[in-house]
Amino acid sequence: MSILVGESTRLIVQGITGREGLFHAMGCREYGTEVVGGVTPGKGGSTVEGFPVWDSVERARRVSGCNATLIFVPPPFAADAIMEAADAGVELIVCITEGIPVQDMVRVKAFLRGRDSRLLGPNCPGLISPGQAKVGIMPGHIHAPGNVGVISRSGTLTYEAVWQLTKEGLGQTTCVGIGGDPVNGTSFIDVLALFAGDDATEAVVLIGEIGGTAEEEAAAWIGEHLDIPVVGFIAGATAPPGRRMGHAGAIVAGGKGAAAEKKAALSAAGVLVVDSPAEMGARLSEALR
Amino acid sequence: MKIHEFQAKGILRRFGAAVPQGKVIDDPAQAGPICEDFGGRCVVKAQIHAGGRGKGGGVKVASSPSEAERLAGEILGMQLVTHQTGPEGQKVRQVLIEEALEIDRELYLGVTLDRAAERPLLMASRAGGMDIEEVAQSDPDAILRELIDPLLGVLPFQCRRIASGLGFEGGTARQIQSIVSSVVAAYLETDASLVEINPLMVDSKGDVHALDAKMNFDDNALFRRRDIAELRDVHEENPLEVEASEHGISYIKLDGSIGCMVNGAGLAMATMDIIKLYGAEPANFLDVGGSASQEAVASAFRIILSDPAVKAVLINIFGGIARTDRIARGVVAAIDELAAEGTPVEVPVVVRLEGTNVEEGREVLERADFDFLVADGMATAAERAVEALGG
Repeated sequence: MSILVGESTRLIVQGITGREGLFHAMGCREYGTEVVGGVTPGKGGSTVEGFPVWDSVERARRVSGCNATLIFVPPPFAADAIMEAADAGVELIVCITEGIPVQDMVRVKAFLRGRDSRLLGPNCPGLISPGQAKVGIMPGHIHAPGNVGVISRSGTLTYEAVWQLTKEGLGQTTCVGIGGDPVNGTSFIDVLALFAGDDATEAVVLIGEIGGTAEEEAAAWIGEHLDIPVVGFIAGATAPPGRRMGHAGAIVAGGKGAAAEKKAALSAAGVLVVDSPAEMGARLSEALR
Repeated sequence: MKIHEFQAKGILRRFGAAVPQGKVIDDPAQAGPICEDFGGRCVVKAQIHAGGRGKGGGVKVASSPSEAERLAGEILGMQLVTHQTGPEGQKVRQVLIEEALEIDRELYLGVTLDRAAERPLLMASRAGGMDIEEVAQSDPDAILRELIDPLLGVLPFQCRRIASGLGFEGGTARQIQSIVSSVVAAYLETDASLVEINPLMVDSKGDVHALDAKMNFDDNALFRRRDIAELRDVHEENPLEVEASEHGISYIKLDGSIGCMVNGAGLAMATMDIIKLYGAEPANFLDVGGSASQEAVASAFRIILSDPAVKAVLINIFGGIARTDRIARGVVAAIDELAAEGTPVEVPVVVRLEGTNVEEGREVLERADFDFLVADGMATAAERAVEALGG
């Protein structure tokens, strides 16, 4: 099994006529995801690489019955694209766009309250259920079907973790990138709860980074609710306070968000915390033996 | 993005906040006449982005125009060292000459993002002039907090609650309500990430003034805040970081000796961490971007190597959508380009490639004229880079 995406996913791509959007629409289709078309306002009625294009998400949903959308819309218009998808009732909204103003995301979160859509991201690589569906920009071939759930705030560091797992012979149920922004749609806890309810997921790798308190909150939740092995890594132990390390959310500020506190909180909750990013796969392998 | 105090005060004044009269100057001779206008007494304040200016000797009170000129002369051009500047300090290029006011009470007022609540958070405290983080540690109950609805802004009852919570009534309470409202409006309407008035001062007549002001802005929103973007002062930033940002590269200068080039912010941080685990220090954080194009790699090399502390370079690339062989060609081409320009790469370069087409990528590195130290995992790469320092 898997969480969030799988055999029943019917995906559209918002921003499908852009270079990135089209490239990754094709990549997802190639992996086996059912990509039913895309949306670009003003280009409705046309077709690109076999994908029908609609003017609005509402129309796309009515015609295609899509239940997921992957957003590549540029930052100034991305918040609107997310809210349009939520208004149309699309169940899963995955936003890849990096660089959305924080206050736009604050308003998006207020808009999403009381609606049924789940937002993943922004500033994330998306998610993949190996062998079933890829809704994102990750290289599919490094993944393998299996029983490990992966959650991360990062992109390439997630690929690193997944590759270590695959080399250890540990396949994955679903790998979820929740994104590197300070305000995002889906939290560590949301994904952990889904993994907890998924019979196939027998272990979890959690990759956090400096900034905010999401890892501490996840640790508290794990301590109370999760009884499968969890390996954790926190990036940024060497980052200087007050500096934003690439990701908008990766900053130690106001005495909060340092790697040491996050590691301590996770360890206290029984998470197997590794100090070396090269040991995520090996540590989990050892725990499962 | 950060701005200077006088710029923040200019913005707050536009939003109706009570700000002391003041003028910014870069020539000490201008200080005298301004001081004269303010009644012969004034405050001379160094304008640098770092905090802690007062303790560092960058804020002085003058009780005559001639003293104002002398103090301005002393402060302008000095390397001001504070707890935020590092030991080399920051050169003072401008000073703010401000009217001197009679301080009765000092308060704190600030707005920032509450990441857990996903809303702006207004904070106020009677402990003005102190670092709010210290107050949060030592006496968390002393901080009044109001979460702001992003769609409604701050509501009048919240402003009243802050004013009465700080212990004021009557005219002073009304002035506090007004400045709270101004500060939140400024935060929301300029895409600020922080607005701080510390101290917010009440004078002996009961009037309220923003004695100091600090504003930071969301870099991602500058595209729609052109007037704010123009306030950027590159003198206050590390020149290498400025150059990197012009090439779309995310670079932060650190104090170690191993230069890092990585694709992706998370992997870049993890690479710094593993260097430290193997006993050395990273010279920088550097994210060349997900695709790691040849141009980006070449610019990244130039930036890393212009830091004289760099004694070895570690390249850690996880090729995803971007094929590893293409990235390897980019690295080789960048090294050739630098050699052709007469600035050859003379430090050991450890390369760790993983992901799509990795075999072809390694072949490209082996065939190159340059002796790369090729590693096949993050741990080996870090180990080899640290070893290379010794050799």
